[in-house]
Amino acid sequence: MIGIGNAWRNDDGAGLAVARLLDAMLLDGVDVLEREGEPTSLIDAWEGAAAVWLVDAVSSGAQAGSVHRHDASAEALPARLYDTSTHHFGLAEAVELARALGRLPEHVVVFGIEGASFDTGETLSPEVQAAAARVAEAIREEVAASTRKP
Amino acid sequence: MRGRVAEPRTKTIRTDYLARVEGEGAMIVRIAGGVVEEVKLNIYEPPRFFEAFLRGRAFTEAPDITARICGICPVAYQMSACRAMEQACGVEVGGQLRALRRLLYCGEWIESHALHVYMLHLPDFLGYESAIELAKDNQAAVAQALELKKIGNELMAVVGGREVHPVNVKVGGWYRAPRKRELRPLVEKLERAREIALETVNLTAGLDFPDYEQDYELVALDEPGEYPIDLGRIVSNRGLDIAVAEYDEHFVEEHVEWSNALHSRLRERGSYLCGPLARFALGVDRLSPLAAEAAKDAGLSAEERNPFRSIVVRSVELVYAADEALRLIAEYEEPDAPALEVEPQAGVGYGCTEAPRGILYHRYELADDGTIVDAKIVPPTSQNQRTIEDDLRGVVERSLDVPDDELALLCEQTIRNYDPCISCATHFLKLDVQRG
Repeated sequence: MIGIGNAWRNDDGAGLAVARLLDAMLLDGVDVLEREGEPTSLIDAWEGAAAVWLVDAVSSGAQAGSVHRHDASAEALPARLYDTSTHHFGLAEAVELARALGRLPEHVVVFGIEGASFDTGETLSPEVQAAAARVAEAIREEVAASTRKP
Repeated sequence: MRGRVAEPRTKTIRTDYLARVEGEGAMIVRIAGGVVEEVKLNIYEPPRFFEAFLRGRAFTEAPDITARICGICPVAYQMSACRAMEQACGVEVGGQLRALRRLLYCGEWIESHALHVYMLHLPDFLGYESAIELAKDNQAAVAQALELKKIGNELMAVVGGREVHPVNVKVGGWYRAPRKRELRPLVEKLERAREIALETVNLTAGLDFPDYEQDYELVALDEPGEYPIDLGRIVSNRGLDIAVAEYDEHFVEEHVEWSNALHSRLRERGSYLCGPLARFALGVDRLSPLAAEAAKDAGLSAEERNPFRSIVVRSVELVYAADEALRLIAEYEEPDAPALEVEPQAGVGYGCTEAPRGILYHRYELADDGTIVDAKIVPPTSQNQRTIEDDLRGVVERSLDVPDDELALLCEQTIRNYDPCISCATHFLKLDVQRG
């Protein structure tokens, strides 16, 4: 599981918050990582994994704390949501670049948490904080379900 | 994403989304009656707010706070901040402590240049929309970029403690100096990086380049016997030769209404260029023998003034960075202490180092207890803004008969010659070409 974000840009840290929640759950067989979203680092980070869950903050105009979920295993991520990275190019491009290079895990799920404030600061909005907890729980369940399969 | 909006007597070519730059901004080129009337580069968010944020903080916090301005060149921010603080406090970091700084900086150059050369700039020359499209046809090239980047990351992790935003850097030196045995495994990797870099020079030297040159004033750091990276005087090809502390006497920052980022200019002469092309022209005689040979084979000389060929210069600097890192590791001796004691004192300190895209200037005023009273940061992209606009004007003037789509692409490519780290808060760059 990789939480993506910038801890100094308020709600942009949503993915990192989810990572910290999951890290505290100590799930078997799950590596929890935090990244800033630089694509080549992401591709390195998920190398060798059978499945990866990615969580990033998004800004699509939806209500703060809304959660988007995409299965990126088979189809491209909506670039509208995931191309506005703080640097370089975005998560959607990282996923597509890895796909082109044959370096995408078989199972790729992306959660986007709608943020309200991306100003400088280290505080998550209450809605985003709550959404982070929901996403962490959802990932815990998805991981459990995927490992139960024969 | 490009579209056209046709209006009576005006024609607009708009690039709403230019992905391959590190930053958020917009570009407007207005052409009327076959004449380029206006060129404006608009940068939305410069790192100015960090300067306010720094006031009242301890002098020891500046390296880590300013490193957050950029995920691509955090080392540059840390190094310029450290140099400035140390100068203010009357401390000079030398010997192996300084060598380690140069080594860390090589890691950043490798990472940043690999990303820009392959992922951001190369697609322009090969006619691809993006690195993703390039990867579909040429997996090997993109895989090489990832390998280079990874080796840069590993160097950063060993010396800096983390791949991005190193945590081991402090005013006076390091929290912990690496052991020799920790650096040893990097040797084989850096030799591999050097090989890939040499192939990169071959690849980029063979590209087709637009025929364009400008008689730039080139500004870079200068230290006898060294290719400029982590310290030196500020010099130019037009006779500028000043200590970093004299920066504000010669360079001025101006607000322009169309950009939040201040425009830098030389008080006496106006626009100037910093970055790879400037470093190369002024420091070519101080490259390592291997990098110098690669440059010569690629047809580069100190007279190079075609900004599109900066991709070849960056490739040569990749060779140099790998070579220099190998030299520094070979000569490394573990220091007695990881850092010098730095006692704060009231005063002003100045620091300037060569970020991958050009000189990064910091100035701090400290109170006697080391509290930051005032801060000034001038990133390389601010310094190059005027020159980017000059280039755009020049390129468009020579290409008025080029179809709109092609012209828009050429403008984007011109901007990318500078690897603009408009980022530092980035999303994208909008490009507007208006013809009347």
